[in-house]
Amino acid sequence: MTADKEIVLSVRNLTKAYSAAGERIAVLRGVNLEIAAGERVALTGESGSGKSTLLHLVAGLDRADGGEIDVAGASVSQLNEAGLAAMRRDRLGLVFQQFNLIPSLSVRDNLAFQSRIAGRHDPAWQNELAERLGLAGLLDRYPEQLSGGQQQRVAIGRALAVKPLLLLADEPTGNLDEATADDVLSLTRDLVAQTGCGLLMVTHSTRLAATLDRHIHLSAGLIA
Amino acid sequence: MQFATLMIGLASAIALWSGVQALNLQARTSYDRAAAAFGGVRTAALVSRNGIAFSQQLFVELRRAGWPVSPVLEGRIQVGGRTFRLLGIEPVTLPADVGDTPAIGGDLQAFVMPPGETRAAPETLAELGLSEGASPQTSNDVALPPLRVAAQLAPGVMVVDIGIAQRLLKMPDQVSRLLVGKARGPRATLESIAGDRLRLIEPDAETDLERLTDSFHLNLTAFGLLSFFVGLFIVNSAIGLAFEQRLPMLRTLRACGVSARQLNTVLVIELIFFALAAGFLGMVGGYLIAAALLPDVAASLRGLYGAQIPGHLSLQPQWWIAGLLISVVGALLAATQSLWKASRLSVLAAAQPQAWHQAQRRWVVLQAIVALAVFVAALGFFWFGDSLLAGFAVLAAIMLGAALALPLMLELALTGGQRQARGALATWFWADSRQQLSGLSLALMALLLALSVNVGVGTMVETFSRTFIGWLDGRLAADLYLNASDDAQAGAITAWLRERRDVTAILPGGRADTQFAGAPLEVFGLPDHATYRDRWPLLRSSPNAWARLVAGDAAFISEQLAERTKLTVGDAIEVPTPAGSWKIRVVGIYADYGNPKAQIAVNFAALTRYFPNIPLTRIGLRVQPAAIPALMSALREKFGLDERNLIDQATLKAESKRIFNRTFAVTAALNAFTLGVAGIALLTSLLTLGNSRLPQLAPLWAIGITRRQLAIIELLKTMSVALITALLALPLGLLVAWCLIAVVNVKAFGWRLPFHVFPLQLAELLVVATLASLAAAAIPVFKLMRLQPAALIKVFANER
Repeated sequence: MTADKEIVLSVRNLTKAYSAAGERIAVLRGVNLEIAAGERVALTGESGSGKSTLLHLVAGLDRADGGEIDVAGASVSQLNEAGLAAMRRDRLGLVFQQFNLIPSLSVRDNLAFQSRIAGRHDPAWQNELAERLGLAGLLDRYPEQLSGGQQQRVAIGRALAVKPLLLLADEPTGNLDEATADDVLSLTRDLVAQTGCGLLMVTHSTRLAATLDRHIHLSAGLIA
Repeated sequence: MQFATLMIGLASAIALWSGVQALNLQARTSYDRAAAAFGGVRTAALVSRNGIAFSQQLFVELRRAGWPVSPVLEGRIQVGGRTFRLLGIEPVTLPADVGDTPAIGGDLQAFVMPPGETRAAPETLAELGLSEGASPQTSNDVALPPLRVAAQLAPGVMVVDIGIAQRLLKMPDQVSRLLVGKARGPRATLESIAGDRLRLIEPDAETDLERLTDSFHLNLTAFGLLSFFVGLFIVNSAIGLAFEQRLPMLRTLRACGVSARQLNTVLVIELIFFALAAGFLGMVGGYLIAAALLPDVAASLRGLYGAQIPGHLSLQPQWWIAGLLISVVGALLAATQSLWKASRLSVLAAAQPQAWHQAQRRWVVLQAIVALAVFVAALGFFWFGDSLLAGFAVLAAIMLGAALALPLMLELALTGGQRQARGALATWFWADSRQQLSGLSLALMALLLALSVNVGVGTMVETFSRTFIGWLDGRLAADLYLNASDDAQAGAITAWLRERRDVTAILPGGRADTQFAGAPLEVFGLPDHATYRDRWPLLRSSPNAWARLVAGDAAFISEQLAERTKLTVGDAIEVPTPAGSWKIRVVGIYADYGNPKAQIAVNFAALTRYFPNIPLTRIGLRVQPAAIPALMSALREKFGLDERNLIDQATLKAESKRIFNRTFAVTAALNAFTLGVAGIALLTSLLTLGNSRLPQLAPLWAIGITRRQLAIIELLKTMSVALITALLALPLGLLVAWCLIAVVNVKAFGWRLPFHVFPLQLAELLVVATLASLAAAAIPVFKLMRLQPAALIKVFANER
């Protein structure tokens, strides 16, 4: 963490439990985490260790049982649904393992979607992203006409087109082969560096985790 | 959920179809009763060349010559102010193949021996308010033989021994026709005995009533069929939903080695089981619908064709079996697409909505080409067809063509919207609507058909209603109408009325029955009076038509007679009468709505010359308006007239309008049912789509669109396609209305009505369509609004 840089994510004593078969299962038991602008953090852990849950809580997709999450000065627990939606739209970029593109829209419209609904559409930046991500020749295609790697690049482009303060990526390379995964991650790292946003990336791969600025490990609901 | 929609869809489809079939079956049974009672078309018969009664002597001569004939005399009598058909038969010679026709049963002696018996349907006794054994007086003060119930007779018919009928009808030694049994031995030729006085009418599979009411039943069947198909759209959606939800399980089963054939067999068995259960529920619903609509259908058939249908429903086993069979066939038909998919299911297939959409688009274009061909066929039916069936074929082709063309029209409209869209959400709105279209198109087709039928039938009924009211104003020219019990009372009343200053005109009337062009003809007498000259609703006439009518050798003919026989002003006709053949020139054509019989109007004096024996009991009066109540009271008091045989114009008009409205009540009910089923079809389609749309909506929520916003957008999407469909349904509905008015009505009834458009009615239906789609979209949208984030997060979960 760099002391003079703005903190874009601050997580304090975060707890979350689920009910399953009549039992309460604690997934997060008091997680603390900070990410500064421009910092790239890998989050690893066993299956079921709570990595995705942490990411979903940070994104405001789910509510925490306790603790505090602060995204670029906004307290997530204080926000109502509209506030959470606005936070995701304006400050966050989300990338999922399943790509989750909008199938009825072309690559061009998918790339521009979030930045346009956030009112921050920058055609020059979008063109640059398309070039950098190798999507320039694919702009009129639909998601299902693309390979997995291409779809994930579109998802990354969509997330970065809005110039977010924090990029949250949940296993973005989980569905890709090693070479494509390296390629996609390399591009992501470069673009994050270019935009200066923070990156929190969930991954199973310690090899990929090692390529980022910091690597934290989640075990038994706590950061080891 | 899908179980419930499958059952609702199938049960409503079967309920409406079987309900309509039950009504048709009931009516046909009644026609059979009526046909049997008349002893006519189901049995060969000999009638006179001119269609009127002939001497009984011919019966005797034919029997002697070996002809197995039996005499029948038919006429009308008045009992308690009501007119009944009196049928006189000779039970001993009645051919065996006439079967239970006269319902003589075992008590033949009581029927033929004095005082004899009057056999009548239970409904007839109920109408008279009499019980068995009563001997009511006819209008001629003659007592009928004691009444006996004969359940198989049609309502409104009384059967007596022919000798009694000849006395009651004042037609001694006369017969109307001779029923011909199966020949058992050699017999002389008809000509050698009767010369050219009689002609043989072969038995007909279809009765006059059946022929007359064909269009009505075709109309009901068309509604039933439409509702059935709309119901199948629901079933299709429900099965599609079930298939969608079971896809992972089906893939797993296939991966585990279950063959496509085994999988399909199990699915078909399951479907048949559900279809039988839903079919049974539908049949119960159909019975209830039929029972609820029967009084209105009976009113329609009575009002339009004079057919008597009893008010209770009795159904045969084949109706139940047919209903269950059609339920199974319908369910399999609706499941074809899903079963086909299941048989072709790839174990590793991934969803490709856009590729699917592209493939659908090719189908849409193909469908539009077929629609074009169907429209060309409609034009062909219109130009070259000249029957009621051709009229319905035009209607069916227009509706089928429009339904097939709808997806392309919607695709074009939505593509236009997408091109005009500026914002990201608006672009997605149109693009996603296009992608959803293929899943919704069946339901939207159902909505289009239901709405256009509503517009069409609504416009036709409203047009007819306005024309009818205008016609009624002209036709009901007199201020008071009275029907005396007999000629003597009519004479006494007329003499009394002549003394009153408040009566400005006494207009005698009369009707006679005869035959023309092989069908019954009613001859109506019009007195020469300004009341008629000024107001009688003539559609076309020759110059000085009224003056020519007075001479007695001219007539106005009803529009339906002109349409059926292609007669027009200036043509000459010959009408058989007891006084010989009457040569008449057609000098006018008039509207005669609601009369099932062909009718001509002649001068009253001429009518009484050619038909000297007709009752002259009908009298119309022109009265100073203020004096009407007092005059009615005086007539009631002095001559014992009641509301059945004395009525003022306003009451008669109100009663006519009430009958008119009741006649179309069944159409309105079926309209509402069809629209309701279309609404359910839309709802089930939306529920089906809603279930598979989560993966498409979740990313939007994650990006920053709230569930409420998503729900509103989803609602707007449904509403917009439904609204576009409704807007397309308006011109289609007007085309349907035009087709009903200018083609079907003319062929079915012989009535030509002016075509009117009622903007308020169209706007009202647009609102109803919007509300129906709002109601259909409400549940899925509400579900989406209340959807827990956990359900949306599942879309992103990696470890699913």
